Order: sequence, then C-alpha cells, then structure tokens
Amino acid sequence: MIEDVIIKLALSGFVLFAVLNLAGFHTWVERKQSALIQDRIGANRAPIFGFRALGLFHGIADAVKMFTKEDIIPHRADRTLHTLAPFFSVFFALVTFAAIPFGDRLIIGDRVIVLQVAKIDAALLYVFAMLSLGVYGVILAGFASRNNYAIMGGLRATAQMISYEIALGVSIIGVVMVYETMDLSELVRAQGQTIGGWIPFWGILTQPVAFFVFVTAALAETKRPPFDLPEAESEIIGYFVEYSGMKFGMFYLTDFLETIVVAVLATTLFFGGWQVPFLLPDGFHFPWGGEFLVSNWVYVLLGFASFSIKSLVFMFVFMQLRWTLPRFRYDQLMRLGWKGLFPIAVVNVVVTALVLVIFGEAR
Amino acid sequence: MATIVVRRPELTFWEKLYIPQIASGLKITFRHFFRNLLLHTVHLMGYLKHLPASATIQYPEELRPLMSRFRSRHRLTVREDNTPRCVGCMLCETVCPAKCITIVPGEHPDAHIEKYPVRFDIDLGVCVYCGYCVEVCPEDAIRMDTGILDLASYSREAMKLDIHELMDPGLRKPLSDCSLKFPHKCELTGGEVKGSWAAVDGV
Repeated sequence: MIEDVIIKLALSGFVLFAVLNLAGFHTWVERKQSALIQDRIGANRAPIFGFRALGLFHGIADAVKMFTKEDIIPHRADRTLHTLAPFFSVFFALVTFAAIPFGDRLIIGDRVIVLQVAKIDAALLYVFAMLSLGVYGVILAGFASRNNYAIMGGLRATAQMISYEIALGVSIIGVVMVYETMDLSELVRAQGQTIGGWIPFWGILTQPVAFFVFVTAALAETKRPPFDLPEAESEIIGYFVEYSGMKFGMFYLTDFLETIVVAVLATTLFFGGWQVPFLLPDGFHFPWGGEFLVSNWVYVLLGFASFSIKSLVFMFVFMQLRWTLPRFRYDQLMRLGWKGLFPIAVVNVVVTALVLVIFGEAR
Repeated sequence: MATIVVRRPELTFWEKLYIPQIASGLKITFRHFFRNLLLHTVHLMGYLKHLPASATIQYPEELRPLMSRFRSRHRLTVREDNTPRCVGCMLCETVCPAKCITIVPGEHPDAHIEKYPVRFDIDLGVCVYCGYCVEVCPEDAIRMDTGILDLASYSREAMKLDIHELMDPGLRKPLSDCSLKFPHKCELTGGEVKGSWAAVDGV
C-alpha cells in the first residue's frame, strides 16, 4: 500500500520536475531561437562567476527578479480573485499532464508500473476539460483587475477559447473513432500496430486532416502568437496588465506550460506517444525479418526517449511558428475558427465514419 | 464628382488557403535559424569568421565603426613641447551657437605665437556637437575626432571639461593631479594660475 503511494508520488514528482524545468527552459529557447531567426545573438548578459553558458542563467535571473518584485494589487480590484487567477491558470495547465502516458509499463520485480501519473479511463475528456478550465484564470484575471483593457483581454480570451475549443474537440473525435478508446494509454498502445507490417499505425497517417485542425486549434488555445489576441501586447497589453511580480510570472509560465501540453498531446494523439517503430515489448521486430531483443528497462527507456524527442520537436516547431507568423486580426481569427476549422473537423468526422464503415471489416 | 474605383488585387484560392503562405514564411525563418546556428557553431570552432552569424554589435565590448567625419568628443591638439596649439583667438568661443566654450587667453613667451589659452573649458552638457569650432579654427587646434561617445555622468559638473581632459582624451574625471607644465588655470589649482614657461622650456 505504502509502496503504491511512493510510486505515485515519484511519478507525479518526476512529471512536475520535468515539465516545470522545461517551461523554465522555454524562456531561454524563446530568446535564443528568436535571436537566431532574426540574425541576432540573444540574451547573454547574466553570467555566474564569469560563465555565460549561452545565456542559460537568464531564466534564473528572471525568476529572482519576479520573486523579489513588488506585488501590486490595484486599489479597486477584487483582491481575492486577483490573487487566485494566476493560480487557476497554472494549476489547470499543470494537472493536464497527469493523464499523459510518457512510457509503457515498467516492470520492477513483480510490480507493474504504468508510466502515467493518473490512469483515467476517459483521459482524453479529462485533458480537454482541464484545458478548457484554464481559461477561467484568464477571465478572472481580466475581470478582477478592474481595468478596461484587462477585461477586453479576458473577453477576447473567452471568445477565442469557445471558438477553438469546438474545433479542437471535433477534430479529436476522428482519432477516437479510429482507435476506439478514450484512454490515452490504450490510444498510444493501439498506435503500436502496423499497416501491412511496414508503416506504423500512427494518428498522423490515419487522421492527417484532424492533425492540422488539432494543431491549429490547440495553438490558438495556448494564447501565443499568431493567436495572442487576449494578450495583444501592442494594442491592449492584455488580461495581465495589472499583474506584477511572480503573479505575472505565473501567467507567463502558463503560456509555456500550455505550449508543452499541446506538444505532448500532439505527440500522444498523432505521433504514437512512446511508440518506437518496430519496437515491441520484447525487442525490435523488423519487417524484413531481423530481430533485436532488448530488456524491459531498455524498452521503457527507448519509449520515453521517443516520447521526449517527438515532444521536443513539436515544441521547436511551435516556437518557430510563433516567431514566423504575424498576429491574426480579430475577425480573421473568428472566421478561421468557425468557418474554417470547425467545418473541416466535422467533414473529417463524417469521412472517417464512412471509411470505417466501408473498410472497417478489412482491418 | 467623379468616383474612383480602386480595385484591390483579389487573393487566389491558393493564397486564401493560408497554408502555402505559412510554409513559405517558415521556409525563411528555418533557413535563417539553421544557417545562423551552423555559423555560430563553426565560429566556436574557429572557422569561417568572415561570415557573420548575427548583425549584433555587442556594445560595451564592441563599438560600431565610426565614419571619419563623425563628430565625437572634442580634443585640443598639442605642439611638440606638449603645449596647446591654440592661440587664444576666441573664434571658436565666438562662433559657438550653444556658448559652451570658455577661453581665458594669456600672453605666450614666443613672440611669433602671441597668445595661448590659460583656461579652455567646454561644457558638454550644453554643447550641440555642431562642429563649428572645428571649422572655424585657423590653427587646427581643436578637433572632434576622439571617437568618445559615452559621455554620460552623474552630475552636470562632471560634464564640464577643462584643459586637462581636452588635451588628453584618455583622462576621465575625477582627475588626480595636474601634469601640465605651462601656466594655466584649472579646477585642481582652485582657479589659481599654476606652472611656468620655464618648466616647459626646460624639457
């Protein structure tokens, strides 16, 4: 009994450690990647004992700055909600990771550990519920600040969330129809099959349209450019105008956390999660007949590495997109959500259903 | 009134799809990213230094190259015996539109030179860097070619340069001791005339 508790604590501790550090690391990636794209050098002026380490210490300097800054609550603001809002934001972004499987079953002695913090049967629903709840932090921040610009940002966030949440949800239905499960662990396991022994049965191959709709809608959910209308730094500064210190830092952190959530979800749903091509639980089985057997530890580690690499590549691509595309105009944003992505997602569901009914028996 | 119909170019279906445009944008950013990443890495190993990986000039360590006609902090040119070339003709003080130059001329022992500045102050907090003083000088005694741009200081007093700093652009306030041998007035002597021409001749 106590061992179960320890294992769960270790798993959740590991996920929290990895995710929060990755989010901190994102500040560095954002600075340096944008610098390289724009032929600059990027932040490199926070040396520790003369070591600049390519500006890596700027994240630490940022944290020190955020924690030591004065925390200002506007005079007429709602003190309780103003304080709670950033916590809501970060909390819902963090708990999403509980349902993400980052590796297959690890066997220690006679104990089987699933590398997933919480094994939820309807994990997919849970993840999207938590993602949607995240917008409450934004709305509360806008509302509690008693600032017209902040409210404007909050309202924009709300409208944007509603528009894109639907496209997001509908795009996932296709995936659920193909793999016939809502459990993310099972969904990843189902992607371990192959088509004709050669091609991995990943979501990107079975649901390419859903993938594009998902990525677009999910990027809109992260509230980062080109969908940063709630923030819109150059016009309304956004829902966190009235925040300073670490409370602002938490909104900032949420942005990065949500990027990571989206990257991880895209990996899980469309790129086979921890699946490595041709790797079965006992080793590699190549379609040309070769075999290379590995132990359970190596298998799990390879799976985790595969999951991490795919997620990191997604984060890199998302960062590149963020520094490539200009912000949408508000009506363009709405049109893209309602008239573009939503119909495409619906058509995708219908086509998927037809294909499954016609060719479903063959599989 | 005639109506002008402006026809805006309509987007083709291909352009309305967004995706090709996004792809072409990504192509540019990815090209810059990987080119610069590669160049930075190669620079670390010491190769291809002539290909710049960034347009950044790292300011306090690197300075932007200045044009030869750029007007920077003033200096007074000197003769071989380390006395100022200035003959105290007051042309620069007269032409200065900001009235930032203060000259007190004194008699020079050499009859061919006639005068020299006992005191020569420029208040950089007032100077507009027009360069008229350089243009007007008949003796090429004042120039604005030191290349010194970082003139910020914590007080207005520190912006006032006297003859020490003007003759030696390397000097910065606060000055420690007075090294000029010819008779001159400066803050270090408390407004008194210090030095003698005999000391200059003795060198």
